[in-house]
Amino acid sequence: MAKVKARVKVPKKAEVGEIVEIKTLISHPMHSGRSVDGDGKIVPRKIINSFTASFNGKPVFTVDMKPSVSSNPFLIFPFKVTEAGTFDFVWVEDGGQEYTASKKIKIV
Amino acid sequence: MIAQKMTPISRRHALQLLGAAAALTLAPKLSLASADAVAGRISELTNGGAMSELDIYLDMPEIAENGNQVKIAFEIDSPMTEADHVKTVYVLADGNPEPDVAQFNFTPAMGACSATSRMRLSKTQNVTVLAALSNGSFAKADATVKVTIGGCGG
Repeated sequence: MAKVKARVKVPKKAEVGEIVEIKTLISHPMHSGRSVDGDGKIVPRKIINSFTASFNGKPVFTVDMKPSVSSNPFLIFPFKVTEAGTFDFVWVEDGGQEYTASKKIKIV
Repeated sequence: MIAQKMTPISRRHALQLLGAAAALTLAPKLSLASADAVAGRISELTNGGAMSELDIYLDMPEIAENGNQVKIAFEIDSPMTEADHVKTVYVLADGNPEPDVAQFNFTPAMGACSATSRMRLSKTQNVTVLAALSNGSFAKADATVKVTIGGCGG
């Protein structure tokens, strides 16, 4: 399988109280368990089933995904910056495999 | 001799057999979620909770050329404070193999309630966005997306 690569866009700096936009993208085929491969065999289900964004260790946004989410799951969501810190992102695949990324935000 | 042993089939019995055969051939190969399934899912999620008048702004294409990548974006006017915030947003599609698409769990730390993602739609259908608020009530919005090429594999 192609390597799963997570990409995240978080502003490097923000003002206190500013609402910033966070974009995440992970390259993943999201096999729904309904498509067939070249030999007519059903490709077993393998999707990213959950996403969690935590700031300084505290979860702020989670998404539970079903097979109806497109391949390469893409998310945009807001976050209100109140202090400097680190964002940790975790994607969980069917079977428990985790993919992670992290980014820091500084206060202007 | 063999022919004599066979019991004659009555007209009623013959029609019953024909009906059963027709039902088998007409049964869809792939069962898709229906509007009923989505309505059932909504009543299951809301569990009799009150509907509020809160506005949900949806951003979805009217016509999606490719059902594999359909934009779904929503924005809800909520103060996002501890006392009054949007807890969960469910995205449901009534023409997909299963109604649930995704569930977004928000927290007051986000400061605003909006999200953007992409989903698969197997055919032209209604997409419903259901929001669960911290005060126990719910808000709902839906839109029809026309799909030119379905996106459920195959």
